[in-house]
Amino acid sequence: MLKQIEGSRAVAAAVALCRPEVICAYPISPQTHIVEALGEAVKAGELPHCEFINVESEFAAMSVAIGASAAGARAYTATASQGLLFMAEAVYNASGLGLPIVMTVANRAIGAPINIWNDHTDAMSQRDCGWIQLFAETNQEALDLHIQAFRLGEELSLPVMVCMDGFILTHAYERVDLPAQAQVDAWLPPFEPRQVLDPAEPVSIGAMVGPEAFMEVRYLAHAKQMRALELIPAWAEEFRGAFGRDTGGLTHTYRTEDAEVIVVALGSVLGTIKDTVDAMRESGAKIGVLGITCFRPWPAAAVRAALAGARRVVVLEKSLAVGLGGIVSSNVRTSYPGAPDSVHTVIAGLGGRAITREALARVFAEALAGALAPLTFLDLDRTMVERALAREREQRRSGPIAENILRDLGTVASRAG
Amino acid sequence: MFQVRIHGRGGQGVVTAAEMLSIAAFREGRHAQAFPSFGSERTGAPVVAYCRIDDREIRLREPILQPDALIIQDPTLLHQVDVFGGLAPDGYILINTTRTFDALGLGEFVRDFRAEHLCTVNASELALKHVGRPVPNAALLGGFAAVTGRISLQSVVAAIRDKFRGQIAEANVAAATEAFDFVTRETRERSHAETD
Repeated sequence: MLKQIEGSRAVAAAVALCRPEVICAYPISPQTHIVEALGEAVKAGELPHCEFINVESEFAAMSVAIGASAAGARAYTATASQGLLFMAEAVYNASGLGLPIVMTVANRAIGAPINIWNDHTDAMSQRDCGWIQLFAETNQEALDLHIQAFRLGEELSLPVMVCMDGFILTHAYERVDLPAQAQVDAWLPPFEPRQVLDPAEPVSIGAMVGPEAFMEVRYLAHAKQMRALELIPAWAEEFRGAFGRDTGGLTHTYRTEDAEVIVVALGSVLGTIKDTVDAMRESGAKIGVLGITCFRPWPAAAVRAALAGARRVVVLEKSLAVGLGGIVSSNVRTSYPGAPDSVHTVIAGLGGRAITREALARVFAEALAGALAPLTFLDLDRTMVERALAREREQRRSGPIAENILRDLGTVASRAG
Repeated sequence: MFQVRIHGRGGQGVVTAAEMLSIAAFREGRHAQAFPSFGSERTGAPVVAYCRIDDREIRLREPILQPDALIIQDPTLLHQVDVFGGLAPDGYILINTTRTFDALGLGEFVRDFRAEHLCTVNASELALKHVGRPVPNAALLGGFAAVTGRISLQSVVAAIRDKFRGQIAEANVAAATEAFDFVTRETRERSHAETD
């Protein structure tokens, strides 16, 4: 059924359609509306076999999800930003134990300085934690990915993180097609756990493993993720047959045929990039787009195939590996058949900085002309930076950077942009 | 694509207005995207919300930099925030005020605008009268439907009833309907005056 609803509400509805049995979460923006909606649904009796557990922290949220999943329950939670960091130890435990929890990460920057706005730093900080990581481009895809995530995670006995841009998607009202319960029931079988804590057949889960077998357990986790590389596209195809939508999968290409420059990105910014590329194509520029839906496991073969014909690659990413540059671009370089220095990193949208068509067109034109620097910070205010650097040169006790910059700007509280 | 930017203050239902406008457009079979400016919500602080309406899927996620229409829920923002940024002279301006564009000091600025695209309505008073609180968002959507003709009053009414329930919904419907009638009358009188 077509509905015009908030992204968070759409995801909550999708999770509810998956018949979760335990939902636990601790509120943090911009994720809160999702679990609020699920809490309301549980309270209203719309999810009769589901328990909503209030917890005192994100660490507890993930710990409860681990316990619930180990007891054989379909478990769900959601978080963002510092909340994801606070639960990090348990996040690794969930994947290490092979428990198929599904978690929404409503992507948001990490402090300090404190910032509630969108970027991908939170999800990227956990990229090697052993969870499958899927990134949604639209609210429709976010909705669909949650349905796919439960099936994928439970088949492989691995947890799945569905990442969606905080505020940009979570707080956006747009059209979504909400499937019927019968459709989801037909596509998503009941959870059949590989391991379960059952008093009738007691087992222990979480043994200490020493040097004699630790490497093998880790290898098996890697092998499972490699298996996901086969299942994800196959099931996206099956999903398309059942629901009529081309969502999920490993990657999506857009106008890459004959493209000399291909722009690689994740999440909702792909829409703005596609509009920019359409305008540039009209004036004859040979440029296309590769959207990465599945970031972990890394879809090396799909990326290599998509980029094979490109002379240059521009990776536009909403996170910064301080002291290195790009995280996504480092991954892309491992799968680009051309010269590694033909892969350019553009850091954009940190802490909610708007990514505009105008700025994108500028860097894409530079890439087409072969004039793009290896590492670019989109719309960086050089004057602001120079002023801060000058202050540090001039005085030893130059003071706190964030507060000084806000004072330079003539503001005491941060503003939307 | 038709792009609407709504300026107001925290507590005036700015974000809800954009959401309701998107629901109204959706009900007319169109694609619509509404989103807030993502600030930390504080009562009284300047707030911006956006709504895009199109006949095809909307992919663009940048803030609305070149609006086709502005709804200004609080006239005290006029000289505090760059509310008119990016607005072309054929754009629409709807302001919640009892004063005229001249009295607001905007006479010179709107000189090249099309007169029938400019409108003021005392939405706060209509909200006080019908809803009991000076929350002007629903009334302004009624006025928006009248001045732009981009959306029907029926769709605005349906969107209000989608977002609110019971007495609050009906009170807002009454405010929106009165604002629609007021703006329709004003526009008609103005065009008669011009014809004469």
